[in-house]
Amino acid sequence: MSDVLAVVEHRRGELRDVSLELIEAGADLAAELDGELHVAVIGGNVEAIADRLNRDGVDVIHTIADGAEFNHDVYVQAVRALYETLEPAVVLAPHTVNALDYVPAVAVDLDLPLVTDVIDVEVTEAGLRTTRGLYESKIEATVTVTERPCVVTLRPGEWARAGGVSSVPVEAFEFEIEESAVDSHVEGFEEAGAGDVDVTAADFLIGVGRGIGEEANLSVIEDLAEVTDATIAASRPLVDNGWFDTSRQVGQSGKTVSPDVYLAVGISGAVQHVAGIKGANTIIAVNTDPHAPIFDIADQAIVGDLFEVIPELTDQLR
Amino acid sequence: MKILVTFAEVAAVADNFEIEDGAVADRYLEYDLNEWDEYALEAAVSLREEGIAEEVVTVTIGPERSADTIRMALAKGADRAIRIWGDDLEGDPLEDVSTRAALMAPVVEAEAPTLVLSGVQAADDGYGSTGVSLARTLGWQWGAVVNDFTLDREADSVRVRRELEGGIEELTTLSLPAVLTIQTGINDPRYASLRGLQEAQKQEIDVQTPAELGVGADRLEPRLERGELTEPPSRGDTEYVEGDPPEQATAIAEQLIESGVVQE
Ligand SMILES: Cc1cc2nc3c(=O)[nH]c(=O)nc-3n(C[C@H](O)[C@H](O)[C@H](O)COP(=O)(O)OP(=O)(O)OC[C@H]3O[C@@H](n4cnc5c(N)ncnc54)[C@H](O)[C@@H]3O)c2cc1C
Repeated sequence: MSDVLAVVEHRRGELRDVSLELIEAGADLAAELDGELHVAVIGGNVEAIADRLNRDGVDVIHTIADGAEFNHDVYVQAVRALYETLEPAVVLAPHTVNALDYVPAVAVDLDLPLVTDVIDVEVTEAGLRTTRGLYESKIEATVTVTERPCVVTLRPGEWARAGGVSSVPVEAFEFEIEESAVDSHVEGFEEAGAGDVDVTAADFLIGVGRGIGEEANLSVIEDLAEVTDATIAASRPLVDNGWFDTSRQVGQSGKTVSPDVYLAVGISGAVQHVAGIKGANTIIAVNTDPHAPIFDIADQAIVGDLFEVIPELTDQLR
Repeated sequence: MKILVTFAEVAAVADNFEIEDGAVADRYLEYDLNEWDEYALEAAVSLREEGIAEEVVTVTIGPERSADTIRMALAKGADRAIRIWGDDLEGDPLEDVSTRAALMAPVVEAEAPTLVLSGVQAADDGYGSTGVSLARTLGWQWGAVVNDFTLDREADSVRVRRELEGGIEELTTLSLPAVLTIQTGINDPRYASLRGLQEAQKQEIDVQTPAELGVGADRLEPRLERGELTEPPSRGDTEYVEGDPPEQATAIAEQLIESGVVQE
């Protein structure tokens, strides 16, 4: 029991990038455990996807061609069957919305401990030691799994993408799917509308977050945007409040942006927000909280009150 | 029909905290309702107001302190509240999400709701797994990261809209009973009224211990151990701008000009 089983993710025929990060992390972990890395792809065009999984560090690719898209009941059964056949020491999945929808069920079925949203993992004598964020990533904690095997989900963006191309054996994994246990039916997908503005096209984006307090205070940001000809984007809570159209939401469930400058004002820097701004050339952050995680990725950090700093900036640039 | 809402009290660290001996002292922690659970509660209370549900019950795993938070939930419209606690839950057992599910499952079985609503995640530890673990422990259906749902009592099903990454939503039908983990933005959570808060003060909270729920000591053996807490390492090349607001503004202006997004 020293192998690693990594279950990749794909959507609408495309392998998602996090899957290659999973392989990178899985290969390291398998090496530390002195075991093999088994990669599984479930559903969709498994042959085409398996081609893309053919990376350094992978020992075997297992394909299970059941259904076109993700269905949590199928995934739970498939991973369970694979687990029972391969008996890995660790099951890895990316910490994504779909993983949130099936991985905990796998852990319950197999009675395995589960650690999610992990940013680092290593093998120690005490067990598998993971690192995860606490209190909205202001603090980090280690969580050691004292029992092996276990299930771990990895935070996207924390590992490099596995490179290289090798010739890994691809094996079609056969198992009898229990149709009566498939009690959920995915009926389709919808894409959020185009919205009022394209934040992905802006060179200078001002991202505004909950630090703004009230809707009326947005004038502080609007004044700066007018003077500098910037485009305004927002963190999720402001969109949830109905202050902005969803097309202006930046982050995991919103838009991924890559402006020359992203000025984050009153945004804490939650992982789901940061997921959308990593492509920015320069990140400037204004926040009253010196521990705000946005400062960990900012190029320029201003610990200060936006209501003092931003109007002053507007005046200076006017 | 009855709806059960799992409700967590979460901790946030104050702006100026310190880590002492690998832990955050209690004086730097502020406790509050979990934001995601507030949306779940609002969804449940609205269904009762629409006459679709008759009763909304909350269940919380938490020490005595969490009674304040639970009263907030009552003030926001929950009918009854159950709190699970025992000395044997101090320390590491709750790090394991399946233990939380094992504690809540007997409550759900006794209450027999049609729907359990949970928040997508807890703001403090962010495991994001309690709702789905609970569903599976019960042998129920579930949907994670739900931003809209419609019940079909005749078909005994619920149609959910799951929010995937990048603005894509999935439409799925699940059979009832089910557990849904609720995403923010699904509704507009109400504030607790003063009157509601006063009334909540008088309400009984039903406290149950693991033993009363039939969860034995062996089930509470920790499989996960939380180690020391540390501050995240800084990326290192972040330039911190000192000075008063005008000086800070000048530094931003210079950076904007240097980056070419603003002309001098
Ligand atoms: C599945 C999932 C998907 C998600 N998708 C997204 C997404 O796409 N985009 C997104 O943004 N979030 C997303 N979230 C939500 C995310 O977890 C956070 O809740 C959100 O990003 C927080 O927004 P915020 O930083 O504006 O608010 P908060 O976290 O409340 O931060 C406000 C900040 O303002 C600061 N502040 C307060 N007053 C001032 C002042 N006067 N001057 C300066 N600073 C001040 C505070 O110190 C704090 O750091 C998602 C969550 C989940 C679970």
